[in-house]
Amino acid sequence: MKSAPLHWRVELRHVTKTFYRGRQALTVLGPLDLRVADREFVGLVGPSGCGKSTLLNVIAGIEQPTSGEVWLDGEPAPERLGRVAYMHQRDLLLPWRTVLDNAILPLELRGIPRREAAARALPWLERFGLAEFTHAYPAQLSGGMRQRVAFLRTLLADRPLLLLDEPFGALDALTRASLQEWLLTLWEELDRTVILVTHDVEEALLLSDRVLVLSPRPGRIVREIVVDLPRPRPYEIVTDPRFVRLKAEVLAELRARSTMEVQFDGT
Amino acid sequence: MARDRLLARDRIVPLLILVSVMLGWELATRVFQIPRWVLPPPSAVVQALIRDQRLLLRHLTVTLEEVGLGLIFSVLLAIVLAIGIVSSRLVERSVYPLVVASQAVPIVALAPILLIWFGYGLTPKVIVVVLVCFFPIAVNLVDGLRGVDPEFVDLVRSFGGTSWQTLRVVRIPGALPAFFSGLRVAAAVSVIGALIGEWVGSSAGLGYLMIRAASQFHTDRVFAAVLVSAVVSIGLFWIVGVVERIALPWRRPARTET
Repeated sequence: MKSAPLHWRVELRHVTKTFYRGRQALTVLGPLDLRVADREFVGLVGPSGCGKSTLLNVIAGIEQPTSGEVWLDGEPAPERLGRVAYMHQRDLLLPWRTVLDNAILPLELRGIPRREAAARALPWLERFGLAEFTHAYPAQLSGGMRQRVAFLRTLLADRPLLLLDEPFGALDALTRASLQEWLLTLWEELDRTVILVTHDVEEALLLSDRVLVLSPRPGRIVREIVVDLPRPRPYEIVTDPRFVRLKAEVLAELRARSTMEVQFDGT
Repeated sequence: MARDRLLARDRIVPLLILVSVMLGWELATRVFQIPRWVLPPPSAVVQALIRDQRLLLRHLTVTLEEVGLGLIFSVLLAIVLAIGIVSSRLVERSVYPLVVASQAVPIVALAPILLIWFGYGLTPKVIVVVLVCFFPIAVNLVDGLRGVDPEFVDLVRSFGGTSWQTLRVVRIPGALPAFFSGLRVAAAVSVIGALIGEWVGSSAGLGYLMIRAASQFHTDRVFAAVLVSAVVSIGLFWIVGVVERIALPWRRPARTET
Protein backbone atom coordinates (compact mmCIF):
# COMPACT_ATOMS: atom_id res chain seq x y z
CA MET A 1 0.00 0.00 0.00
CA LYS A 2 0.92 3.60 -0.39
CA SER A 3 2.48 5.34 2.55
CA ALA A 4 -0.16 7.19 4.52
CA PRO A 5 -0.45 10.85 3.49
CA LEU A 6 -0.60 13.67 6.03
CA HIS A 7 -4.33 13.71 5.73
CA TRP A 8 -6.97 11.84 3.80
CA ARG A 9 -8.95 13.42 1.00
CA VAL A 10 -12.08 11.96 2.51
CA GLU A 11 -12.61 10.04 5.67
CA LEU A 12 -15.75 8.38 7.04
CA ARG A 13 -15.65 7.73 10.75
CA HIS A 14 -18.07 5.14 11.95
CA VAL A 15 -20.86 6.41 9.75
CA THR A 16 -24.36 4.95 9.92
CA LYS A 17 -27.54 5.99 8.20
CA THR A 18 -31.00 5.06 9.35
CA PHE A 19 -34.22 6.13 7.67
CA TYR A 20 -37.38 6.46 9.68
CA ARG A 21 -40.77 5.97 8.16
CA GLY A 22 -43.39 6.44 10.80
CA ARG A 23 -42.38 4.12 13.60
CA GLN A 24 -40.29 1.91 11.35
CA ALA A 25 -36.55 2.32 11.34
CA LEU A 26 -34.48 1.04 8.46
CA THR A 27 -30.71 1.06 8.82
CA VAL A 28 -29.27 1.10 5.33
CA LEU A 29 -25.66 1.88 6.07
CA GLY A 30 -22.87 1.12 8.44
CA PRO A 31 -21.24 1.30 10.74
CA LEU A 32 -18.75 2.09 8.06
CA ASP A 33 -15.19 3.44 8.07
CA LEU A 34 -13.55 4.54 4.88
CA ARG A 35 -10.43 6.49 4.05
CA VAL A 36 -9.48 7.60 0.60
CA ALA A 37 -6.10 9.11 -0.17
CA ASP A 38 -5.50 11.99 -2.53
CA ARG A 39 -5.61 10.96 -6.18
CA GLU A 40 -6.79 7.53 -5.33
CA PHE A 41 -9.44 5.79 -7.42
CA VAL A 42 -11.65 3.67 -5.19
CA GLY A 43 -14.35 1.37 -6.49
CA LEU A 44 -17.28 0.32 -4.31
CA VAL A 45 -19.15 -2.78 -5.36
CA GLY A 46 -22.03 -4.45 -3.64
CA PRO A 47 -25.41 -6.03 -4.17
CA SER A 48 -28.30 -3.77 -5.14
CA GLY A 49 -29.89 -2.08 -2.17
CA CYS A 50 -26.73 -2.15 -0.07
CA GLY A 51 -26.84 1.60 0.44
CA LYS A 52 -24.19 2.55 -2.11
CA SER A 53 -26.08 5.58 -3.34
CA THR A 54 -26.92 6.60 0.21
CA LEU A 55 -23.23 6.44 1.00
CA LEU A 56 -22.44 8.87 -1.82
CA ASN A 57 -25.32 11.14 -0.78
CA VAL A 58 -23.82 11.25 2.70
CA ILE A 59 -20.34 12.04 1.40
CA ALA A 60 -21.72 14.77 -0.84
CA GLY A 61 -23.66 16.25 2.07
CA ILE A 62 -27.10 15.84 0.49
CA GLU A 63 -27.88 13.66 3.47
CA GLN A 64 -26.34 13.72 6.92
CA PRO A 65 -25.24 10.52 8.63
CA THR A 66 -27.38 9.32 11.54
CA SER A 67 -24.21 8.85 13.52
CA GLY A 68 -20.51 9.21 12.81
CA GLU A 69 -18.62 11.91 10.96
CA VAL A 70 -17.46 12.77 7.49
CA TRP A 71 -14.07 14.44 7.18
CA LEU A 72 -12.74 16.21 4.15
CA ASP A 73 -9.06 17.08 3.79
CA GLY A 74 -8.24 16.20 7.37
CA GLU A 75 -10.99 18.20 9.02
CA PRO A 76 -14.52 17.45 10.11
CA ALA A 77 -16.88 18.70 7.38
CA PRO A 78 -20.43 18.93 8.71
CA GLU A 79 -21.37 21.22 5.79
CA ARG A 80 -20.14 19.60 2.60
CA LEU A 81 -22.53 20.76 -0.10
CA GLY A 82 -20.56 22.23 -2.96
CA ARG A 83 -17.22 20.81 -1.82
CA VAL A 84 -17.54 17.53 -3.64
CA ALA A 85 -18.41 16.91 -7.31
CA TYR A 86 -21.15 14.34 -7.61
CA MET A 87 -22.27 12.54 -10.74
CA HIS A 88 -25.54 10.66 -10.44
CA GLN A 89 -26.58 7.49 -12.13
CA ARG A 90 -29.08 9.38 -14.26
CA ASP A 91 -27.43 12.04 -16.37
CA LEU A 92 -29.74 14.71 -14.86
CA LEU A 93 -29.13 17.11 -17.73
CA LEU A 94 -31.61 19.97 -17.52
CA PRO A 95 -33.72 19.55 -20.66
CA TRP A 96 -34.15 23.31 -21.13
CA ARG A 97 -30.41 23.97 -21.24
CA THR A 98 -28.08 23.39 -24.12
CA VAL A 99 -25.07 21.10 -23.78
CA LEU A 100 -22.85 24.10 -23.03
CA ASP A 101 -25.21 25.58 -20.43
CA ASN A 102 -25.59 22.21 -18.75
CA ALA A 103 -21.84 21.71 -18.61
CA ILE A 104 -21.15 25.12 -17.07
CA LEU A 105 -23.94 24.86 -14.48
CA PRO A 106 -21.56 24.38 -11.50
CA LEU A 107 -19.51 27.39 -12.63
CA GLU A 108 -22.64 29.47 -13.04
CA LEU A 109 -23.80 28.52 -9.54
CA ARG A 110 -20.52 29.82 -8.20
CA GLY A 111 -21.11 33.15 -9.89
CA ILE A 112 -18.54 32.83 -12.66
CA PRO A 113 -19.62 34.94 -15.66
CA ARG A 114 -21.07 32.91 -18.51
CA ARG A 115 -18.47 34.02 -21.02
CA GLU A 116 -15.59 32.96 -18.82
CA ALA A 117 -17.30 29.68 -17.94
CA ALA A 118 -17.91 28.97 -21.61
CA ALA A 119 -14.28 29.69 -22.42
CA ARG A 120 -13.30 27.11 -19.86
CA ALA A 121 -15.77 24.53 -21.10
CA LEU A 122 -15.22 24.76 -24.85
CA PRO A 123 -11.84 23.01 -25.05
CA TRP A 124 -13.29 20.20 -22.95
CA LEU A 125 -16.32 19.85 -25.19
CA GLU A 126 -13.86 19.50 -28.03
CA ARG A 127 -11.93 16.80 -26.18
CA PHE A 128 -15.09 14.94 -25.25
CA GLY A 129 -16.19 14.85 -28.89
CA LEU A 130 -19.13 17.13 -28.16
CA ALA A 131 -18.02 20.29 -29.96
CA GLU A 132 -20.63 20.09 -32.69
CA PHE A 133 -23.36 19.58 -30.08
CA THR A 134 -22.41 22.63 -28.01
CA HIS A 135 -25.76 24.30 -28.65
CA ALA A 136 -27.90 21.17 -28.90
CA TYR A 137 -30.49 20.26 -26.29
CA PRO A 138 -30.13 17.02 -24.29
CA ALA A 139 -33.13 15.46 -26.06
CA GLN A 140 -31.09 15.53 -29.26
CA LEU A 141 -28.21 13.49 -27.84
CA SER A 142 -27.60 9.77 -27.52
CA GLY A 143 -27.30 8.15 -24.11
CA GLY A 144 -23.50 7.97 -24.30
CA MET A 145 -23.21 11.63 -25.25
CA ARG A 146 -25.54 12.69 -22.45
CA GLN A 147 -23.42 10.78 -19.97
CA ARG A 148 -20.27 12.48 -21.26
CA VAL A 149 -21.91 15.89 -20.82
CA ALA A 150 -22.88 14.92 -17.27
CA PHE A 151 -19.30 13.85 -16.63
CA LEU A 152 -17.93 17.07 -18.04
CA ARG A 153 -20.28 19.03 -15.80
CA THR A 154 -18.95 17.08 -12.80
CA LEU A 155 -15.40 17.78 -13.90
CA LEU A 156 -16.02 21.50 -14.38
CA ALA A 157 -17.23 21.71 -10.79
CA ASP A 158 -13.46 21.73 -10.25
CA ARG A 159 -13.40 19.81 -7.00
CA PRO A 160 -10.59 17.46 -6.00
CA LEU A 161 -13.05 14.69 -5.09
CA LEU A 162 -15.38 13.13 -7.65
CA LEU A 163 -18.22 10.81 -6.66
CA LEU A 164 -19.49 8.66 -9.52
CA ASP A 165 -22.69 6.74 -8.93
CA GLU A 166 -22.92 4.00 -11.55
CA PRO A 167 -22.09 6.54 -14.23
CA PHE A 168 -22.47 4.05 -17.07
CA GLY A 169 -25.17 1.88 -15.52
CA ALA A 170 -27.94 2.95 -17.86
CA LEU A 171 -26.00 2.45 -21.09
CA ASP A 172 -25.82 -0.49 -23.45
CA ALA A 173 -22.80 -2.78 -23.14
CA LEU A 174 -20.90 -1.41 -26.15
CA THR A 175 -21.30 2.24 -25.22
CA ARG A 176 -20.40 1.41 -21.65
CA ALA A 177 -17.20 -0.35 -22.64
CA SER A 178 -16.10 2.55 -24.82
CA LEU A 179 -16.85 5.06 -22.06
CA GLN A 180 -14.95 2.99 -19.51
CA GLU A 181 -11.96 2.96 -21.80
CA TRP A 182 -12.35 6.67 -22.34
CA LEU A 183 -12.52 7.37 -18.60
CA LEU A 184 -9.48 5.15 -18.05
CA THR A 185 -7.29 7.24 -20.35
CA LEU A 186 -8.80 10.49 -19.15
CA TRP A 187 -8.38 9.86 -15.45
CA GLU A 188 -4.65 9.20 -15.64
CA GLU A 189 -4.11 12.86 -16.44
CA LEU A 190 -6.89 14.37 -14.34
CA ASP A 191 -5.33 14.56 -10.90
CA ARG A 192 -8.56 13.87 -9.10
CA THR A 193 -9.67 11.56 -6.35
CA VAL A 194 -12.54 9.34 -7.37
CA ILE A 195 -15.03 7.18 -5.53
CA LEU A 196 -16.88 5.03 -8.04
CA VAL A 197 -19.99 3.11 -7.07
CA THR A 198 -20.91 0.30 -9.43
CA HIS A 199 -22.30 -3.18 -9.52
CA ASP A 200 -20.14 -3.98 -12.52
CA VAL A 201 -17.14 -5.79 -11.01
CA GLU A 202 -15.10 -5.55 -14.20
CA GLU A 203 -15.64 -1.80 -14.37
CA ALA A 204 -14.53 -1.40 -10.76
CA LEU A 205 -11.35 -3.43 -11.26
CA LEU A 206 -10.48 -1.82 -14.56
CA LEU A 207 -10.60 1.70 -13.19
CA SER A 208 -9.75 1.46 -9.49
CA ASP A 209 -6.64 1.34 -7.33
CA ARG A 210 -8.69 -0.32 -4.63
CA VAL A 211 -12.00 -2.16 -4.73
CA LEU A 212 -14.16 -2.32 -1.61
CA VAL A 213 -16.88 -4.92 -1.36
CA LEU A 214 -20.00 -3.90 0.54
CA SER A 215 -22.33 -6.26 2.37
CA PRO A 216 -26.09 -6.35 1.79
CA ARG A 217 -28.12 -3.91 3.85
CA PRO A 218 -26.97 -2.39 6.12
CA GLY A 219 -23.98 -1.75 3.89
CA ARG A 220 -20.61 -2.29 5.49
CA ILE A 221 -17.18 -2.79 3.99
CA VAL A 222 -16.46 -6.50 4.15
CA ARG A 223 -13.45 -6.79 1.91
CA GLU A 224 -10.73 -4.63 0.46
CA ILE A 225 -8.98 -5.72 -2.68
CA VAL A 226 -5.96 -3.77 -3.89
CA VAL A 227 -5.78 -3.71 -7.66
CA ASP A 228 -2.03 -3.87 -8.17
CA LEU A 229 -2.19 -3.73 -11.94
CA PRO A 230 0.17 -1.27 -13.61
CA ARG A 231 -1.02 1.99 -15.09
CA PRO A 232 -1.64 3.10 -17.73
CA ARG A 233 -3.98 0.21 -18.16
CA PRO A 234 -5.16 -0.70 -21.61
CA TYR A 235 -8.73 -1.94 -21.91
CA GLU A 236 -7.38 -5.34 -22.96
CA ILE A 237 -6.16 -5.89 -19.42
CA VAL A 238 -9.54 -7.45 -18.70
CA THR A 239 -8.22 -10.67 -20.25
CA ASP A 240 -4.97 -10.60 -18.26
CA PRO A 241 -4.73 -13.59 -15.88
CA ARG A 242 -4.07 -11.30 -12.92
CA PHE A 243 -7.21 -9.32 -13.73
CA VAL A 244 -9.24 -12.48 -14.09
CA ARG A 245 -7.97 -13.72 -10.74
CA LEU A 246 -8.95 -10.46 -9.01
CA LYS A 247 -12.34 -10.56 -10.63
CA ALA A 248 -12.92 -14.11 -9.41
CA GLU A 249 -11.93 -12.99 -5.94
CA VAL A 250 -14.41 -10.11 -5.88
CA LEU A 251 -17.20 -12.20 -7.35
CA ALA A 252 -16.60 -14.97 -4.83
CA GLU A 253 -16.78 -12.43 -2.02
CA LEU A 254 -20.04 -11.00 -3.36
CA ARG A 255 -21.50 -14.45 -3.87
CA ALA A 256 -20.64 -15.45 -0.33
CA ARG A 257 -22.45 -12.41 0.99
CA SER A 258 -25.61 -12.55 -1.01
CA THR A 259 -26.88 -15.50 -2.91
CA MET A 260 -29.51 -13.86 -5.01
CA GLU A 261 -28.96 -10.21 -5.49
CA VAL A 262 -25.64 -9.71 -7.24
CA GLN A 263 -25.89 -8.55 -10.80
CA PHE A 264 -23.12 -9.59 -13.10
CA ASP A 265 -22.92 -6.85 -15.61
CA GLY A 266 -20.18 -6.50 -18.13
CA THR A 267 -19.24 -10.18 -18.07
CA MET B 1 -45.57 12.63 -51.06
CA ALA B 2 -47.78 10.69 -48.67
CA ARG B 3 -47.10 13.31 -46.02
CA ASP B 4 -48.12 16.13 -48.30
CA ARG B 5 -51.36 14.37 -49.11
CA LEU B 6 -52.00 13.80 -45.42
CA LEU B 7 -51.40 17.47 -44.72
CA ALA B 8 -53.76 18.49 -47.50
CA ARG B 9 -56.39 16.14 -46.11
CA ASP B 10 -55.93 17.55 -42.63
CA ARG B 11 -56.74 20.98 -43.94
CA ILE B 12 -59.34 20.20 -46.54
CA VAL B 13 -61.62 18.02 -44.41
CA PRO B 14 -62.24 20.59 -41.65
CA LEU B 15 -62.78 23.26 -44.30
CA LEU B 16 -65.33 21.07 -46.11
CA ILE B 17 -67.20 20.43 -42.87
CA LEU B 18 -67.30 24.13 -42.09
CA VAL B 19 -68.51 25.04 -45.60
CA SER B 20 -71.24 22.39 -45.56
CA VAL B 21 -72.52 23.51 -42.16
CA MET B 22 -72.66 27.10 -43.46
CA LEU B 23 -74.44 26.01 -46.63
CA GLY B 24 -76.94 23.96 -44.63
CA TRP B 25 -77.60 26.90 -42.36
CA GLU B 26 -78.00 29.27 -45.30
CA LEU B 27 -80.37 26.87 -47.09
CA ALA B 28 -82.41 26.17 -43.95
CA THR B 29 -83.08 29.84 -43.32
CA ARG B 30 -84.22 30.25 -46.93
CA VAL B 31 -86.25 27.03 -47.28
CA PHE B 32 -88.05 27.44 -43.95
CA GLN B 33 -88.24 31.21 -44.42
CA ILE B 34 -86.88 31.94 -40.96
CA PRO B 35 -87.09 35.68 -40.29
CA ARG B 36 -83.75 37.46 -40.15
CA TRP B 37 -84.28 38.74 -36.63
CA VAL B 38 -84.71 35.15 -35.40
CA LEU B 39 -81.84 33.50 -37.21
CA PRO B 40 -79.91 35.41 -39.84
CA PRO B 41 -78.27 33.33 -42.58
CA PRO B 42 -74.45 33.31 -42.69
CA SER B 43 -74.53 35.63 -45.65
CA ALA B 44 -76.33 38.23 -43.54
CA VAL B 45 -73.77 37.84 -40.76
CA VAL B 46 -71.00 38.44 -43.25
CA GLN B 47 -72.86 41.46 -44.58
CA ALA B 48 -73.24 42.80 -41.05
CA LEU B 49 -69.56 42.19 -40.46
CA ILE B 50 -68.63 44.30 -43.44
CA ARG B 51 -71.35 46.94 -42.93
CA ASP B 52 -70.62 47.41 -39.21
CA GLN B 53 -66.86 46.99 -39.32
CA ARG B 54 -66.06 50.38 -37.85
CA LEU B 55 -68.60 49.91 -35.07
CA LEU B 56 -67.28 46.43 -34.33
CA LEU B 57 -63.70 47.64 -34.37
CA ARG B 58 -64.44 50.41 -31.91
CA HIS B 59 -66.07 48.05 -29.43
CA LEU B 60 -63.44 45.40 -30.07
CA THR B 61 -60.67 47.73 -28.88
CA VAL B 62 -62.50 48.26 -25.60
CA THR B 63 -62.92 44.52 -25.03
CA LEU B 64 -59.32 43.83 -26.03
CA GLU B 65 -58.10 46.36 -23.50
CA GLU B 66 -60.08 44.65 -20.73
CA VAL B 67 -58.85 41.22 -21.79
CA GLY B 68 -55.23 42.32 -22.13
CA LEU B 69 -55.09 44.04 -18.76
CA GLY B 70 -57.01 41.19 -17.18
CA LEU B 71 -54.57 38.60 -18.48
CA ILE B 72 -51.55 40.59 -17.34
CA PHE B 73 -52.95 40.94 -13.81
CA SER B 74 -53.98 37.28 -13.84
CA VAL B 75 -50.44 36.19 -14.63
CA LEU B 76 -48.98 38.41 -11.90
CA LEU B 77 -51.52 37.25 -9.33
CA ALA B 78 -51.03 33.59 -10.30
CA ILE B 79 -47.23 33.85 -9.99
CA VAL B 80 -47.42 35.44 -6.53
CA LEU B 81 -50.00 32.89 -5.33
CA ALA B 82 -48.20 29.87 -6.80
CA ILE B 83 -44.81 30.79 -5.35
CA GLY B 84 -46.44 31.46 -1.99
CA ILE B 85 -48.35 28.19 -2.03
CA VAL B 86 -45.32 26.16 -3.08
CA SER B 87 -42.86 27.69 -0.64
CA SER B 88 -44.97 27.84 2.52
CA ARG B 89 -47.21 25.24 4.09
CA LEU B 90 -49.04 27.96 5.97
CA VAL B 91 -49.82 29.89 2.79
CA GLU B 92 -50.89 26.67 1.12
CA ARG B 93 -53.26 25.73 3.93
CA SER B 94 -54.78 29.18 4.24
CA VAL B 95 -54.77 30.52 0.70
CA TYR B 96 -55.24 27.53 -1.59
CA PRO B 97 -58.80 26.77 -0.38
CA LEU B 98 -59.72 30.42 -0.94
CA VAL B 99 -58.31 30.24 -4.46
CA VAL B 100 -60.50 27.23 -5.18
CA ALA B 101 -63.49 28.84 -3.48
CA SER B 102 -63.14 31.89 -5.70
CA GLN B 103 -64.14 29.69 -8.61
CA ALA B 104 -67.42 28.79 -6.93
CA VAL B 105 -68.50 32.43 -6.84
CA PRO B 106 -71.06 32.97 -9.60
CA ILE B 107 -69.52 35.75 -11.64
CA VAL B 108 -72.92 36.81 -12.97
CA ALA B 109 -73.98 37.55 -9.39
CA LEU B 110 -70.70 39.20 -8.51
CA ALA B 111 -70.53 41.50 -11.51
CA PRO B 112 -73.40 43.80 -10.39
CA ILE B 113 -71.68 44.21 -7.02
CA LEU B 114 -68.45 45.14 -8.74
CA LEU B 115 -70.52 47.66 -10.68
CA ILE B 116 -71.69 49.22 -7.43
CA TRP B 117 -68.16 49.33 -6.09
CA PHE B 118 -66.23 50.40 -9.16
CA GLY B 119 -68.76 51.95 -11.53
CA TYR B 120 -69.18 51.48 -15.25
CA GLY B 121 -65.56 51.86 -16.23
CA LEU B 122 -62.73 49.52 -17.05
CA THR B 123 -61.99 48.27 -13.51
CA PRO B 124 -64.94 45.91 -12.86
CA LYS B 125 -64.43 44.20 -16.25
CA VAL B 126 -60.73 43.68 -15.63
CA ILE B 127 -61.58 42.21 -12.23
CA VAL B 128 -64.03 39.76 -13.79
CA VAL B 129 -61.41 38.72 -16.37
CA VAL B 130 -58.87 38.18 -13.59
CA LEU B 131 -61.35 36.11 -11.59
CA VAL B 132 -61.91 33.85 -14.57
CA CYS B 133 -58.29 33.68 -15.72
CA PHE B 134 -55.97 33.56 -12.73
CA PHE B 135 -57.22 30.16 -11.59
CA PRO B 136 -56.06 27.91 -14.45
CA ILE B 137 -52.70 29.70 -14.52
CA ALA B 138 -52.17 29.43 -10.75
CA VAL B 139 -53.18 25.77 -10.49
CA ASN B 140 -50.98 24.74 -13.40
CA LEU B 141 -48.08 26.77 -12.08
CA VAL B 142 -48.35 25.17 -8.63
CA ASP B 143 -48.34 21.73 -10.23
CA GLY B 144 -45.42 22.70 -12.44
CA LEU B 145 -43.31 24.06 -9.58
CA ARG B 146 -44.07 20.98 -7.51
CA GLY B 147 -43.56 18.50 -10.31
CA VAL B 148 -39.90 19.30 -10.76
CA ASP B 149 -37.69 16.23 -10.46
CA PRO B 150 -36.29 16.24 -6.89
CA GLU B 151 -32.99 14.87 -8.19
CA PHE B 152 -32.52 18.09 -10.17
CA VAL B 153 -32.86 19.93 -6.87
CA ASP B 154 -30.31 17.60 -5.24
CA LEU B 155 -27.98 18.18 -8.17
CA VAL B 156 -28.01 21.94 -7.70
CA ARG B 157 -27.58 21.50 -3.96
CA SER B 158 -24.63 19.16 -4.44
CA PHE B 159 -22.93 21.90 -6.47
CA GLY B 160 -23.46 24.24 -3.53
CA GLY B 161 -26.45 26.06 -5.05
CA THR B 162 -28.71 28.13 -2.78
CA SER B 163 -32.47 27.66 -2.64
CA TRP B 164 -32.90 30.86 -4.64
CA GLN B 165 -30.60 29.41 -7.31
CA THR B 166 -32.62 26.20 -7.27
CA LEU B 167 -35.73 28.23 -7.95
CA ARG B 168 -34.08 30.13 -10.79
CA VAL B 169 -32.19 27.29 -12.41
CA VAL B 170 -34.52 24.33 -11.88
CA ARG B 171 -37.98 25.14 -10.58
CA ILE B 172 -38.99 28.09 -12.73
CA PRO B 173 -37.73 26.75 -16.08
CA GLY B 174 -39.17 23.35 -15.20
CA ALA B 175 -42.56 24.88 -14.44
CA LEU B 176 -42.80 26.94 -17.64
CA PRO B 177 -44.52 24.27 -19.77
CA ALA B 178 -47.27 23.91 -17.16
CA PHE B 179 -47.48 27.69 -16.87
CA PHE B 180 -48.08 27.99 -20.60
CA SER B 181 -50.76 25.28 -20.49
CA GLY B 182 -52.58 27.31 -17.87
CA LEU B 183 -52.07 30.53 -19.79
CA ARG B 184 -53.53 28.98 -22.93
CA VAL B 185 -56.71 27.99 -21.09
CA ALA B 186 -56.86 31.45 -19.53
CA ALA B 187 -56.43 33.16 -22.90
CA ALA B 188 -59.29 31.15 -24.38
CA VAL B 189 -61.73 31.95 -21.55
CA SER B 190 -60.61 35.53 -20.98
CA VAL B 191 -62.98 36.94 -23.60
CA ILE B 192 -66.05 35.46 -21.94
CA GLY B 193 -64.97 37.14 -18.70
CA ALA B 194 -64.85 40.51 -20.40
CA LEU B 195 -68.22 39.94 -22.11
CA ILE B 196 -69.92 39.04 -18.81
CA GLY B 197 -68.48 42.16 -17.24
CA GLU B 198 -69.85 44.24 -20.10
CA TRP B 199 -73.31 42.65 -20.10
CA VAL B 200 -73.90 43.69 -16.53
CA GLY B 201 -73.23 47.32 -17.11
CA SER B 202 -71.15 49.22 -19.60
CA SER B 203 -71.27 51.72 -22.41
CA ALA B 204 -68.80 50.07 -24.75
CA GLY B 205 -67.29 46.72 -25.71
CA LEU B 206 -68.41 43.74 -27.76
CA GLY B 207 -70.63 42.52 -24.89
CA TYR B 208 -72.37 45.89 -24.71
CA LEU B 209 -72.78 45.85 -28.50
CA MET B 210 -74.39 42.39 -28.37
CA ILE B 211 -76.93 43.43 -25.72
CA ARG B 212 -77.81 46.62 -27.51
CA ALA B 213 -78.09 44.98 -30.94
CA ALA B 214 -80.24 42.17 -29.52
CA SER B 215 -82.64 44.61 -27.88
CA GLN B 216 -83.05 46.28 -31.27
CA PHE B 217 -83.50 42.92 -33.04
CA HIS B 218 -80.29 43.45 -35.07
CA THR B 219 -79.67 39.75 -34.72
CA ASP B 220 -77.18 39.70 -37.61
CA ARG B 221 -75.08 42.25 -35.71
CA VAL B 222 -75.21 40.09 -32.56
CA PHE B 223 -73.90 37.17 -34.58
CA ALA B 224 -71.18 39.34 -36.10
CA ALA B 225 -70.07 40.41 -32.60
CA VAL B 226 -70.08 36.79 -31.43
CA LEU B 227 -67.97 35.84 -34.42
CA VAL B 228 -65.45 38.58 -33.64
CA SER B 229 -65.28 37.44 -29.99
CA ALA B 230 -64.65 33.87 -31.06
CA VAL B 231 -61.90 34.95 -33.42
CA VAL B 232 -60.30 36.95 -30.58
CA SER B 233 -60.38 33.84 -28.35
CA ILE B 234 -58.81 31.66 -31.01
CA GLY B 235 -56.26 34.37 -31.77
CA LEU B 236 -55.20 34.73 -28.13
CA PHE B 237 -54.94 30.95 -27.77
CA TRP B 238 -52.76 30.85 -30.87
CA ILE B 239 -50.56 33.75 -29.75
CA VAL B 240 -49.83 32.02 -26.44
CA GLY B 241 -48.88 28.91 -28.41
CA VAL B 242 -46.47 30.92 -30.56
CA VAL B 243 -44.90 32.63 -27.53
CA GLU B 244 -44.56 29.23 -25.89
CA ARG B 245 -42.75 27.78 -28.87
CA ILE B 246 -40.34 30.73 -28.90
CA ALA B 247 -39.80 30.69 -25.14
CA LEU B 248 -39.32 26.92 -24.88
CA PRO B 249 -37.18 25.95 -27.88
CA TRP B 250 -36.11 22.75 -26.12
CA ARG B 251 -39.66 21.41 -26.27
CA ARG B 252 -39.79 21.43 -30.03
CA PRO B 253 -39.99 17.90 -31.34
CA ALA B 254 -36.54 16.35 -31.53
CA ARG B 255 -34.85 16.00 -34.90
CA THR B 256 -36.42 13.48 -37.20
CA GLU B 257 -34.10 10.58 -37.70
CA THR B 258 -34.06 9.00 -41.11
